[in-house]
Order: sequence, then structure tokens, then C-alpha cells
Amino acid sequence: MFNKDRWKEILEVLTGNWFRTVLTAFGVFWGIFILILLLSAGKGLENGIMQDFGDIATNTMFMWSRATTKAYKGLPKGRSFLFNTDDVEAIREKVPNLRFISPRNQLGGFGGANNVVRGLKTGAYNVYGDYPEIIRQDPMSIIDGRFINYSDINERRKVAVIGEGVKTGLYDNDEQVLGTYIKIQGVNFMVVGVYKKKSNNGDGEEGQKQIFVPFTSFSQAFNRGDDVGWMAITANDGTSITSIKNDIMAVVKENHKVHPDDQRAVGHFDLYEQFQRVQSLFTALRFIAYFVGILVLLSGVIGVSNIMLIVVKERTKEIGIRRALGEDPWSIKLQILMESLFLTIISGMAGITFGALFIYGINTLLDMNGPVDMFANPSVGLGVVMGALAILIVSGLLAGFIPAQSAIKVKPIDALRTE
Amino acid sequence: MIEIKELHKSYKMGANSLHVLKGLNFSIKEGELVAIMGSSGSGKSTLLNILGMLDEADSGEYTLDGVPIKNLNETKAAKYRNKFLGFVFQSFNLINYKSALENVALPLYYQKVPRKQREEKALKYLEQVGLKEWAEHLPNELSGGQKQRVAIARAMAAEPKVLLADEPTGALDSKTSYEVMDLIQKINDQGNTILVVTHEEDIAHMCKRIVHLKDGVIVEDKKVEQVRASQYV
Repeated sequence: MFNKDRWKEILEVLTGNWFRTVLTAFGVFWGIFILILLLSAGKGLENGIMQDFGDIATNTMFMWSRATTKAYKGLPKGRSFLFNTDDVEAIREKVPNLRFISPRNQLGGFGGANNVVRGLKTGAYNVYGDYPEIIRQDPMSIIDGRFINYSDINERRKVAVIGEGVKTGLYDNDEQVLGTYIKIQGVNFMVVGVYKKKSNNGDGEEGQKQIFVPFTSFSQAFNRGDDVGWMAITANDGTSITSIKNDIMAVVKENHKVHPDDQRAVGHFDLYEQFQRVQSLFTALRFIAYFVGILVLLSGVIGVSNIMLIVVKERTKEIGIRRALGEDPWSIKLQILMESLFLTIISGMAGITFGALFIYGINTLLDMNGPVDMFANPSVGLGVVMGALAILIVSGLLAGFIPAQSAIKVKPIDALRTE
Repeated sequence: MIEIKELHKSYKMGANSLHVLKGLNFSIKEGELVAIMGSSGSGKSTLLNILGMLDEADSGEYTLDGVPIKNLNETKAAKYRNKFLGFVFQSFNLINYKSALENVALPLYYQKVPRKQREEKALKYLEQVGLKEWAEHLPNELSGGQKQRVAIARAMAAEPKVLLADEPTGALDSKTSYEVMDLIQKINDQGNTILVVTHEEDIAHMCKRIVHLKDGVIVEDKKVEQVRASQYV
């Protein structure tokens, strides 16, 4: 296959009619170019939207209690209840494959009254009682000091981690933050850290105006006993939270004597489900990209096949001569196949290269003009390129197959008779 | 060298069948120079195609150098053609994007002779037909006579048992015809077996034996006094 004469002949044949060869190659070139372009555009969109999700642990659900809607075990409907710390233990015990269970309590809220005081400055902030794991579920970067740890939890230390937004609200520009005290609803907490969230959707600013204190200190300071306002629960990788959320809710329902079929007593938000919905959109986009790209590629391949048929027709006499001189039919078949394969792969490679350059250009443009909404870093993986190459090889073989078959069907005498 | 017994061949044309060869018998010994003559439609080209394994007979036996030729698949036929036979055609049939040298080297390429050896050998045969200086020229830069000489060199390059020439002078004027015949005679002088299909009397008489074909049967098979072509050149 790798002999010099064969390659020489392939080049002779393909360069014999430059214009036609280039036109034919263009079909395949264009197909693979479109494929790469569509895939990378889809990837760009995906990247852009994924950036909005940030580093949030997407395999997470949030769960809170509401009024019951069904009477059960002698208890009336319309009864309110609250989760408590026993629920957390119960869930941990009964539901496997959970990574984090973070009970949370909260003060303040959107549009709440001023609840934090420092010297002469006041502000309205969300204050959360949390466990240290929360930073893995709702990622933030600590830019100064530290986050809450288990010593804080165990010793019920009154410490607080404040957001950047809180810092700008309560402190002067170059003031030292760590070690100072802020008064949350009349209780002093010492600031031990400052965080910054890189969330960039609509509530980006809100995200920076939060205060995290240890869960246990929160309960004690604000008289919550062992109540739990709501929970953030993350499942292990490989187990979707969606598949086990009903188990989790069943546990708390049982603990609080809620009718097992009461759908509304426990409210929840399944982040994973939302995430999956977005994911399936990308899957659909990718499918469309492949579908359109491969169809365009296919028309290019049919072009190659067509031209190869014409080439075989044109060379009927030559093939006849060669067979009369004793060339093995398989050798002729191989020759036609290799010509088609060579043409397809070369033009496909050109398409891939061109596509890559194009993407590179787009990326440079994006870098120069700053970020664009919902579009970032369009790219195709090496896997896709390899896949495209595999498609090219297969289609090159397919394109050559029919012409090669027709070439060896040529009977030497018939071929020699054609003048 | 060639043995033929009761060779039949007919072509189907729609509902009719045309019986072209009606039971031919003859044999050719090594070193013979035989002319097959006949008007068009006499079946001489069909005979040559069958002898050349380009076509298959309906019935009858064909033995080439002791090897029975029948039920060949294409791969085997190609191999036999390459090993046993050299072809010279009326229309030269050179591959026009290959130089004279490459054309001559083709059968050797199919025999998988290494490149260098192939070129040496091809050049030797080109020299024999007097076209060494034209080795690098493409066929369309050669005259008709030169083309046919290249074709003969190509047919000889594989050192075949039998050289089959189908109207080798049909497309040439009489002067070049005689040159080509001179070459064929010289090759025959070296002991090669040659079969020439022709309808020209003078060409036929430059062979040593003439087989007359008419309507698919041999009407005459005679040895003749060979006329040397060199006297006309």
C-alpha cells in the first residue's frame, strides 16, 4: 500500500485535472468545516451557560417544610412543622449515597429590614447558620481570613464570614476587617473571613451580601433550638439527587407524621433536574450539529463518489490495458479506493484545519472584546476531531467503493474496444 | 505451445445468438510466426481474445504451454496474462500519462519486480526497438510507428511465451508497417512465438504460416515462404 509507484499514480490522476479535483474536494472540505463549526458553536453556548452555573454543586436539592395538606395519624391538615437536627441524622442514616447534608437557618431575606449594625453603619443582609460543607455546595472563594470550621460548630463560637458586599457596606475602604465585631440582631459576632462569589447571574450582587455564621451558634444566638429552616443536600457523583429525593422526603415525612402521599408538605427545588434540562438542550444541539454536519459531509462524499465514477469511466480503456497486461483486479480496486480515500482525507484535513483556525479567530475576537452573554470559548475536543477523521476515512472508503467495484467490472475486451 | 480443440464461441444478441467460432482446431509450436487472416466478422478477433484470455470460449479445450486454460477467475486470468502473454494492439493502447519507459515497465510492475531492475529491463527493451532516446517521452510526443514499437517493447518486457498482435499495422502507413513487421520478425528470429491477426495480404506473407478464417471455421492453414520486411525498409 505504501509503495512509491502507487502514490505517484494517485497524485498523477488527482493532479491531472486540478480544477475538478479542487471542486470535488471542496464538497468534503465544506462538510467537515460546517460540522466543526456547528459543534464548536454549540460548545460555545454550552460553555457560556455553564459559566452561569458556576461551580455550584449541581447534583443538589434544597428542601424546606410547608403546611401539611392531608390529615394523618390524628393530626389535622394545614399543620405547620419545622425540620430539626434529628431529621439530618435520620437522613444520613437511612439514605445512602449522600455526599453532604447541610441544615441551614436564615435571618433576613430579600427586602428585609436592617439587621446588622457596626458602629454607625447598618445594613440589611442575609444571615445564614451553616455547616462548613456549604462552601462545597455553594462555592465561594475566601479572599481574606477563613471560612467556618468544625471547631466553630462544636464550640458554638460567635464568628462570622462576610461577603464582599457586606464589607463595602459596613467598612471604610482600607479598614482592617478581620477581628472586628458586627452586631447581628443585637448579638456580636467576630468577623473571621471575607468571601467572594463568582456567580454572575442576576442575583450576583445579592450573593455578595451574605453573612455566614456557624449553625450551632446561630441556633443559640437566635433561639432556634434544634430547628432547621431548610436543607441543602448533595448526592455522591454517579447518583443523581433526582433519583433519591423521594427517599429523603419520605424520611422527614415519617419523622414529622406527615401523610406519605402529601406532595406539598415538603417543598423542594431540584437543581440537578434543572441542570439536566439544560444538559438535554445541549445534547439536542449537538445532535442537530452532527445531523446537519454529517448530511453536508455526505453530499460532499457523494460528490467524491460521483467524480470517482467519472474518473473510472474516463479511464475505462486504461483499466482495460492494465488488465490485459496482467494487473490484479484487486490492485485496480485498491487504486481507486486509495484515490478516493486520499482525496477525502486531504480535503477533510483541510476542512478541520480551516475550522480550527476559524475557531481560533473567533476566540481571539471574543478575548479582545470581552465576554459575551451565554457564549464563551467555542471549541471542539480532540475526540470530535478524531471522530470526524474516522467519519472521513469511512466515507472515503464508501465513496470509492462503488467506483472501484465498477472499475473491476470492466471487462478488458470491452474496455479495449472503447475508442 | 498453443493447442486448441473444438473451440466454440457464440454471442447472444437479444433473442438471436451469433455463432462466431464453430469448432476450431489447431496448434502452434514454439518459435512459430503465424498470421491469422480473414475478413471482418470471420471471428479472428474473437479467437485472439480467447487466446489472450480476455474472453472465454463456450466449449472446447485450450492449452497454453501445457497449462489448461479454463474456468479462470479474473485474478488468475490476470496472472496468466502477465506471465504467458504479451499484447500488441492496433491502437497501440499506451497509457498516455506515463512515459515510454514507464509504459514498458508496467507488466514488470505487476510482477512486482523492484523499481530499479524494472527500469533497467524496460530500458533494455526500449533499446531493442531503437527508442532508447525516447524513454522519457510521453506517448503523444511519439509518432505512430514509434508508439507501436513502444507497445511491442512493453509486450516483450515480461518475457512472455507468446506474443499476440491484433492488427499491429492497421493504423500505420505501409513504410512504418514494414518497420514494425521487421521488428516482429527479428523478435521471432530470437525464438519467440508470435501470433499476428491481420487482413492485409502483404503483412500475412511476412509470417511463416497463414491460417485463413472464414465464418468461424478454418478454411486454409498453410506454411508460406517468409518475405523479409527488411528489404522494404
